Amino acid sequence: MATDDEKGVSYNAEEFLQLFKKGAEFTQDLLKENERLRFRILQMEESFPDSGEETIVTDENRKLVERIECLERDKAEILERIAQIERENQDFAERYVEVESENNNLANLYIASYQLHSTLDFPEVLQIITEIIINLIGAEEFAILLLDEKTNELNAMATEGIAREEIPSMQMGSGIIGSVAKNGENFFVDDIEGYTRDFHNPMVCIPLKIKEHVIGLIVIYKLLVQKKTFAPVDYELFTLLAGHAATAIFSSKLYSESERKLSTIQGFIDLLTK
Amino acid sequence: MPEYKILIIEDSPTMRQLIAFALKRLQGVRIVEAHDGVDGLKKLSSEKFDLILTDINMPVMDGLKLVSLVRNDANYRTTPIVVITTEGAKEDRERALSLGANDYITKPIQANKILDLARSLLKPA
Repeated sequence: MATDDEKGVSYNAEEFLQLFKKGAEFTQDLLKENERLRFRILQMEESFPDSGEETIVTDENRKLVERIECLERDKAEILERIAQIERENQDFAERYVEVESENNNLANLYIASYQLHSTLDFPEVLQIITEIIINLIGAEEFAILLLDEKTNELNAMATEGIAREEIPSMQMGSGIIGSVAKNGENFFVDDIEGYTRDFHNPMVCIPLKIKEHVIGLIVIYKLLVQKKTFAPVDYELFTLLAGHAATAIFSSKLYSESERKLSTIQGFIDLLTK
Repeated sequence: MPEYKILIIEDSPTMRQLIAFALKRLQGVRIVEAHDGVDGLKKLSSEKFDLILTDINMPVMDGLKLVSLVRNDANYRTTPIVVITTEGAKEDRERALSLGANDYITKPIQANKILDLARSLLKPA
């Protein structure tokens, strides 16, 4: 039979066990609640990012903004570079046109010079000068006058668009033509378009000079219909003509004379030896 | 780049040289020169050309007669022909075009105009 003490111990153990079980159950509940709350927190964290992630996002935003700014700067630089290249292209295009024009002008000058010295035949030289004046300068009516050193008169040796007889002989130093022959300076009328033909007052008068010695003149009275004014290359051509045409004329005349003399001498020699 | 053959028919050596000088700047061209219409016809019969430039006023045979003869030749019915004339010679120019010339250039000759014209007429079909 159990004593009262034994009954008391048994009751306390039972009570303790009950209490322990309740404690265990409570702990289990607490753990479950803890788990539930953790889950809830995670859910909430997913729905409402916490400040730590906000910081990360802000950093990324800042980096992106910096990147955008950097790209904007690059874009501006590229646009400026494109604009610069376009300006350079424009400059190159303009320069190309200038070089082309210069090239054409040089070709004209080269051809004129080449042709002038391609022959020693006097009539052919006059023909070449005529062609240059028509085809390179664009004159329609003009004359080539040569100075007769004995009479000091300027006489037409070749004409274009005008009969040779129409051109009067000019005295050295007299009138525009005579003055140009005397002082050796080019003459251009002020108003080319308003000019009307006058044999004593030409539109253009170019002295043919060997150094400072004038041997003749080119006088222009009318330009071709489409030729309204003179281009810079025309003045270059006039300068070239002034020198090269003069030497070509002088050389061909000398050559003709020497050929004639040679033929005369040869005739004498033949007479003496036969 | 194919080689184009161009015939220049012009009695003035200065003009021939000027035109040839300009056309030589085109890549792949061979230039042949003739001093009048008859000489031009001889050269046209000896080889085929892709472009013909001819003056109108020439001795022996003028440019108009040449254009007419060339256009009646089966080998040259479609070959471009350019006549060289003066601005004032409007009637000659119109006559040349009616005879079959494709275009014209006026004196004084400008190299860039010849080049542009040659480029447009030599353009492959």
